[in-house]
Amino acid sequence: MHDSRIRHYEEEVERIRKGGAPKYHEKLKAQNKLFVRRRLELLFDGVFQLEDGFFANAAEENLPADGVVTAIGKVNGQTVCVMANDSTVKAGSWGARTVEKIIRIQETAEKLKVPLIYLVDSAGARITDQIEMFPGRRGAGRIFYNQVKLSGVIPQVCVLFGPSAAGGAYIPAFCDTVIMVDKNASMYLGSPRMAEMVIGEKVSLEEMGGARMHCSISGCGDVLASDEEEAIASARRYLSYFPARYTEKPAPCESRQPVADAGKISDIVPDNQNAPFDMMQFIEALIDEGSFYEMKKGFAKELITGFARLDGKVIGIVANQSKVKGGVLFVDTADKAARFITLCDAFNIPLLFLADVPGFMIGTQTERAGMIRHGAKMIAAMSEATVPKISVVVRKAYGAGLYAMAGPAFEPDCCLALPTAQIAVMGPEAAVNAVYGNKIAQLEGAERVKFIQEKREEYKKDIDIYRLASELVVDGIVAPDDLREELINRFEAYADKDVTFSRRKHPVYPV
Amino acid sequence: MKSIQATMAGTVLQVMVSEGDRVESGQDVVLLESMKMEVPVQAEEGGTVSAVKVEVGSFVSDGDILIELDD
Repeated sequence: MHDSRIRHYEEEVERIRKGGAPKYHEKLKAQNKLFVRRRLELLFDGVFQLEDGFFANAAEENLPADGVVTAIGKVNGQTVCVMANDSTVKAGSWGARTVEKIIRIQETAEKLKVPLIYLVDSAGARITDQIEMFPGRRGAGRIFYNQVKLSGVIPQVCVLFGPSAAGGAYIPAFCDTVIMVDKNASMYLGSPRMAEMVIGEKVSLEEMGGARMHCSISGCGDVLASDEEEAIASARRYLSYFPARYTEKPAPCESRQPVADAGKISDIVPDNQNAPFDMMQFIEALIDEGSFYEMKKGFAKELITGFARLDGKVIGIVANQSKVKGGVLFVDTADKAARFITLCDAFNIPLLFLADVPGFMIGTQTERAGMIRHGAKMIAAMSEATVPKISVVVRKAYGAGLYAMAGPAFEPDCCLALPTAQIAVMGPEAAVNAVYGNKIAQLEGAERVKFIQEKREEYKKDIDIYRLASELVVDGIVAPDDLREELINRFEAYADKDVTFSRRKHPVYPV
Repeated sequence: MKSIQATMAGTVLQVMVSEGDRVESGQDVVLLESMKMEVPVQAEEGGTVSAVKVEVGSFVSDGDILIELDD
């Protein structure tokens, strides 16, 4: 081959590898962002990397790779597919070939059945190219269609570095999990400029669609990272809890003891049912040291959800946090739980429920917000989960709270109780009031106090946990400091559970 | 002026600060009772209490102002 051909090839490769013009690279630096190819280096193990469509739109001088890198690489030794926007090329906007490349890497991930990671940093559609990239069979809509189809087949993770605007905001929405970089990541359907033009609202981007907002208020974000390196490291860590596809189980790793200063569970749980305590401390005392990966940490904080390792094996934990809002279940709490349970069940991650729940929130505000319909989502997701499922009643489990936390009727492989457990339709205070309301109203002074006290004690005896164990409501009572050992053995015993929940096309989901 | 709002609907069980008190971010300022649970409400930012808007026994909805703060 003539030297000039080789030279031309090398020049082309060099030009395309550089991405957009130097001024856009300067802008990246100013925004504390990394170039797309640097992001991929951080994401992948070593240098193994295959890329398709590198020469996309090569004839257009200012559109190297058409603004997106699609590659196959390895993460934690597992082959994965990746699409990564290049925001130095027309702000990472989508043209016809950008969209085609994204669709093709999705098709590759589908064929290989390997995790698909979306590194998003894009201004959205190139309006000038709309006929080629927006409405057609292989237009941008197909990206979302494919995401929906792949959901639950392979893990789909989004790391959001910059904007994901308008239609593009649905890429994170259809991923299992979204990791957002604080201050830079944003998701919105209409920009602040458009909001002002169309509805007259004056608002900042951060307030309306910033990472912090989505990770604490809207619930669209799962993990808030302080910078890009942390976000990418978090994605790598997240994937270590997952198998490559729904037909496999997550890989175990070496067992570790709980963190040394976690304390004893028997010291952590107070006897007073109504006093808050820190469930996070309880979890730390139970699981392998340093193994907790928390999901939606800043959203609906009255419930803790996250992946952990117990004796080296992955589990998903759903736990009521009485320290926040009394651990009561609200509209957002139920959504958070439903989503997490579905995610674990899809990828064969066994579930551990730690119940300390006064129930679903009552009152006008939450009823009007559709508490019942949201609560139904949680109960449906938990019912449908066929992975090994253990419910531990740590303290109280009242009313439908017991149901939502995988109570005995919902086919947990076992429902265990700590000696502090209290299971009832409602707590003693509310129950005595409900049953003897009229009588109490007729009494006065000391007589009234005495009557209430007596009835509460009677009620407590009635719902005594040993009585419930004797009636076979719970499968066992466990000493708090033996709980870890008990759970390790139980999860091992249930590991090969093989259950089909129901034969049908799909349920009519409560939404 | 900053304010501290109720985090959920409930009844005020205890007001832990008075006018003129200095509060720090993260400090418990009001104890609510809701769903038979004690629910502490914390100051998100520090400041000096300029007004206490509730008393023991008041019913509050999520978002109601409990305490007003000056910088």
